[in-house]
Amino acid sequence: MQDETPQNVLETARAYVQALEQNEQETAEEKLSELASLQESKLFNELGKLTREFHDALNSFRHDERFAELAEDEIPDAKQRLHYVIERTDDAAHRTLNAVEQAIPLCISLKDKSDHLHKTWLKFTNRELTPKEFRTLSKELDTFLESAVSETSNLKGSMDEVLMAQDFQDITGQIIRRVIQLVEELEGGLVNLVKLGGGIVGGRKKKTDEDKKGELAGPVIPGMEDSNIVATQDDVDDLLSSLGF
Amino acid sequence: MKILIVDDFSTMRRIIKNLLRDLGFNNTEEADDGQTALPMLKKNNYDFLVTDWNMPGMTGIDLLKAVRADPEINTLPVLMVTAEQKKEQIVEAAQAGVNGYIVKPFTATTLKEKLDKIFERINGGG
Repeated sequence: MQDETPQNVLETARAYVQALEQNEQETAEEKLSELASLQESKLFNELGKLTREFHDALNSFRHDERFAELAEDEIPDAKQRLHYVIERTDDAAHRTLNAVEQAIPLCISLKDKSDHLHKTWLKFTNRELTPKEFRTLSKELDTFLESAVSETSNLKGSMDEVLMAQDFQDITGQIIRRVIQLVEELEGGLVNLVKLGGGIVGGRKKKTDEDKKGELAGPVIPGMEDSNIVATQDDVDDLLSSLGF
Repeated sequence: MKILIVDDFSTMRRIIKNLLRDLGFNNTEEADDGQTALPMLKKNNYDFLVTDWNMPGMTGIDLLKAVRADPEINTLPVLMVTAEQKKEQIVEAAQAGVNGYIVKPFTATTLKEKLDKIFERINGGG
């Protein structure tokens, strides 16, 4: 079999055309099958090369313990970590809300009592209180001061709880950072795999707008916005008012 | 004034509930997605609906469309409170007949403003 250099191909092709022009049926058929075999040998060479590359790549994947570790341990582990992030943040939000719900009635009660005592006290300083009313005021003041001590200390307790509930940020931040590292490592491996497959499948088909239709964008992550996203409530209001809202 | 709050995250429902209570709306109930919310809306005579968009089961936009398609409840005012802020989505909600659109994270002031505006329109007959 001849080598598949461009000159060889060109020469054979010329010979084929010549044979056709001179109506030499037999020679033409011979040249045509020569041409086909030249192309075939090229195809087989390419296929051989690709098979070898795939074989090597698959072997290296099989022997790469890191990938086994990623697939078997780290990805399930990462899922669990992310679920934990949801749990922690959920827990922190509820702890905070519980504390706030306890604190608000205390604030209202302290304010109402102070308001009432202040008004009565002003009457007293204006000498508008009867001795009997003054005795009531004195008793009320006594009760108020006593309850104020316990109520403010309860308030302080709620504030402390709000403060402590924020400790989730440290933990969840660390967990998410580790998951990001894992994703980066996976991304590296996948990019290599895609490059390898690129010769055959012709590269990745980009998602079209049609494909993306129906997908929800979710919360905007700073630094990942695109022009299709409105940034603030003001932008939302502007867009809606342009629609006649 | 009876209000239904629909969000799949219970923390967000609590935040909205507390904010509404501060604004004087004490009668609120909760649902965790559109599928749960829709039968409640049909049965319980709510005056107002606050809903998230992205929820499993039935999304907020589908809930909004279902409400507008039902002659029994199609005049119910609907306020969307969501982290979805793509232009097409806001336009879609507007076309589906939303009465207000708030993006998360939001403030108590924003919530009050939007509620006031919605009630102003309704009472003004607009």
